Amino acid sequence: MNTELSEVTGSEANPAPKPQDTPLLEIRGLKIEGFADEKWNPIIKGVDLTLHKGEVLGLIGESGAGKSTLGLAAMGFARAGVRFAGGSVTFDGMDLLKMPERKRRKLWGTRMTYVAQSAAASFNPAHRLIEQTVAAAVREGLKSESEAIADAKDLYAQLQLPDPEHIGSRYPHQVSGGQLQRVMTAMAMSPRPDLIVFDEPTTALDVTTQVEVLMSMRKIVEEFDTAAIYITHDLAVVAQMADRIKVLRYGEEVEEAETREMLAHPKQDYTKSLWSVRSLRKEADPSEDVVLRAEGIDAAYGNKVQVLHDVSIDLPRGRTVAIVGESGSGKSTMAKVITGLLPPVRGEISFEGETLPPKLKDRSKEQLRRIQMIYQMADTAMNPRQTVGEIIGRPLTFYHGLKGKALEKRVVELLEQIELDEGFYDRLPGELSGGQKQRICIARALAADPDVILCDEVTSALDQIVQEGILKLLMRLQKEKGIAYLFITHDIATVEAIADEIVVMYQGRVVEQGLKDRILSPPHPDYTELLLSSVPEMDPDWLTHLMEERGPHPS
Amino acid sequence: MHPVLRTVLQRLALGVLTLFIVSIIIFASVQMLPGDFAEAVLGQAATTETVAAFRRELGLDQPPVIRYFDWIGALAQGDLGTSFSGRAASGVDRSREVAELVGPRLMNTLFLASMTAIIAVPLALFLGITAALKRNSFYDKAVSTSTLTTISFPEFFVAYILILLLGTLWPVFPSLADVSREMPFWDRVYTTALPALTLTLVIVAHMMRMTRAAIINLLASPYIEMARLKGEPPARVILRHALPNAWAPIAAVIAFNLAYLVVGVVVVEVVFVYPGIGQLMVDAVSSRDIPVVQACALIFAATYILLNLIADIIGIVTNPRLLHPK
Repeated sequence: MNTELSEVTGSEANPAPKPQDTPLLEIRGLKIEGFADEKWNPIIKGVDLTLHKGEVLGLIGESGAGKSTLGLAAMGFARAGVRFAGGSVTFDGMDLLKMPERKRRKLWGTRMTYVAQSAAASFNPAHRLIEQTVAAAVREGLKSESEAIADAKDLYAQLQLPDPEHIGSRYPHQVSGGQLQRVMTAMAMSPRPDLIVFDEPTTALDVTTQVEVLMSMRKIVEEFDTAAIYITHDLAVVAQMADRIKVLRYGEEVEEAETREMLAHPKQDYTKSLWSVRSLRKEADPSEDVVLRAEGIDAAYGNKVQVLHDVSIDLPRGRTVAIVGESGSGKSTMAKVITGLLPPVRGEISFEGETLPPKLKDRSKEQLRRIQMIYQMADTAMNPRQTVGEIIGRPLTFYHGLKGKALEKRVVELLEQIELDEGFYDRLPGELSGGQKQRICIARALAADPDVILCDEVTSALDQIVQEGILKLLMRLQKEKGIAYLFITHDIATVEAIADEIVVMYQGRVVEQGLKDRILSPPHPDYTELLLSSVPEMDPDWLTHLMEERGPHPS
Repeated sequence: MHPVLRTVLQRLALGVLTLFIVSIIIFASVQMLPGDFAEAVLGQAATTETVAAFRRELGLDQPPVIRYFDWIGALAQGDLGTSFSGRAASGVDRSREVAELVGPRLMNTLFLASMTAIIAVPLALFLGITAALKRNSFYDKAVSTSTLTTISFPEFFVAYILILLLGTLWPVFPSLADVSREMPFWDRVYTTALPALTLTLVIVAHMMRMTRAAIINLLASPYIEMARLKGEPPARVILRHALPNAWAPIAAVIAFNLAYLVVGVVVVEVVFVYPGIGQLMVDAVSSRDIPVVQACALIFAATYILLNLIADIIGIVTNPRLLHPK
């Protein structure tokens, strides 16, 4: 690996920090096993990793590749049910795996810190933010409590948190997810560690929030010249943050190179396939033949909170309309209104010119059949005790009255359509992968033979390669059967891949709608501009340029 | 108004409403008890006329609805009524106020319950927390096994074993807990030691296991992993990071067990001949002394409601989401 490194560190732009004689962190032949199904199974199968002072290494791969396990192992930490099975982790000359945990604890929270994926879940709900920010530094006597608090407030200010003097006296539930993620970065920075492990720190955030958090994190890591391991599945994000990128798959290294080198010339096929997902793109195809129309929808939860204001959307037959917006923009509420789960306060939904009853229970079976839905979490959308055959068979019996042999035959046909073989007929959801589960959900929606399918963030929980497969499947089915999709998503890459028309929503209102090419090309209204410019691009200089454009105080 | 105060007041109002509904249920079920006080006192030889006259004297001839409102009306003014016992058809009325009968018994019961609680609750919390800290160790298993053993035996059996060991073989404590009103405090503590120990053995297991489970349940949370990754030692992880978030379920199970100490200990009272409210109620049921039965039942219901209310409040004030709203 060292020879490989010396080949690429020569490149000029974004210069990697000078290799020093002793690296800060050196992992050699690391093997980690996890306990499942009554035996120890390998998770990490002999990985090497070298990190120098002040250097940022990106770890990328699909879920299950072992990224998080490796990130934690870099700190000498193994989760419950996971054990080190071989190799060494040397941090500043100390072999962490040979140290007793008592000694490793002295390093945790002081010389090496961790930023977790879900800030909301990773802060203790019972303590104030400032206490949690300074706890480790004060406990180990690195600073006095008052020094640590003053320093934490400085860090809050540098991370552009609002009201840095007082935000620390709040409890975690009192601040937003993006703010919490920055407080966590401040917490990780508080003891001025040598190493920070960032574990998917922006995955749970909206793009507009993500970009601000990324800017703050990059700035502060550069400022204190801290070494970091940045774990993510999002290539465009890692391109902004890392000096070098290591690609992992099934617990093994696929390749490692300096960021620009890796982006420009990925060597392995697997890496290339990761890169290619973002190039999926469908040509927009305008149509005036509206199948589903929502007009002037106002909707509210209870009597208090109005979440939709005068929303009108037309869905043409056999086309895809994407609704984009950040969380809280009312995207999913719109789906609930269309399905009849949440009757609107004002406005109406019409299907092929005929007004639909606002409430689900007043709709006829035929009306129900023609609009189907697919959800984000395929896991929870299926009964874990029913077999695939039962899950797909249920709408066939309900809507089409199929039974016995005819039912079985139709289920197998549907399985073929979603590119699964009949061997899946008797499987339970728990035995399937995430992508297979989502395919079963698609088959279940198809079983009704609908004209419209509402897709609520159907690919958000999936890895990029699996996402690509699902999106291709949906496009093929659209071509074959003329199904219209109302595709709810926050991911602009997905929108580019499949949409004909785009509706941009913000705070319950439609900001802009129209054909894809028009919406995605300037000029944009302010919010669309912010949304589009926040989507990370593969260009490693993207964030730098954006920071310059948006000025020193982006929030 | 602070939302927590509002919630507490709401719960309090709900508690009063519950108590009111329970009073109806108590009254109705006492009505449904077989037998009749007048017949029980006068015996089978009594003529219909004497029974009717006696019933009139006691007010039992009134329709149930009127009697219910008489009872609940007096109760609202703090009057528990007059006991039936002591009355006889002879016309000599040696009957006593229910409050006078129940009062000292209730005090005895609360004394025993408090004494048990003072031993059992800290013990259960200590065992639960240390077992969670050293989960799956020999210590954890030993604690679980021994507490489960004591809870598996019927309470009278535990009581007799303790009498055998600490009353007879090594006579440390008296076998009978016959306290009297004049007894000085420490004598009373000494006398009630064995019943208190018995009850401790009975209730510790439940509270200890719930404490352990509530804490272990939280140990899988990301914020506990975060605490460990900040280098917090195991004891601090449990005490400072898990325990503050575990109080609600722990308080609920403690309330449940404390309520049991007040309402469910009649067997232990009988074994130690302890003059508590449980025995009083059993006696009252067998002699069909309706006012006493109703008063005891209502006290039991109020105990449950009050203790659960306290547990709810603890659950609320230890939850920062409720205590510090956005």
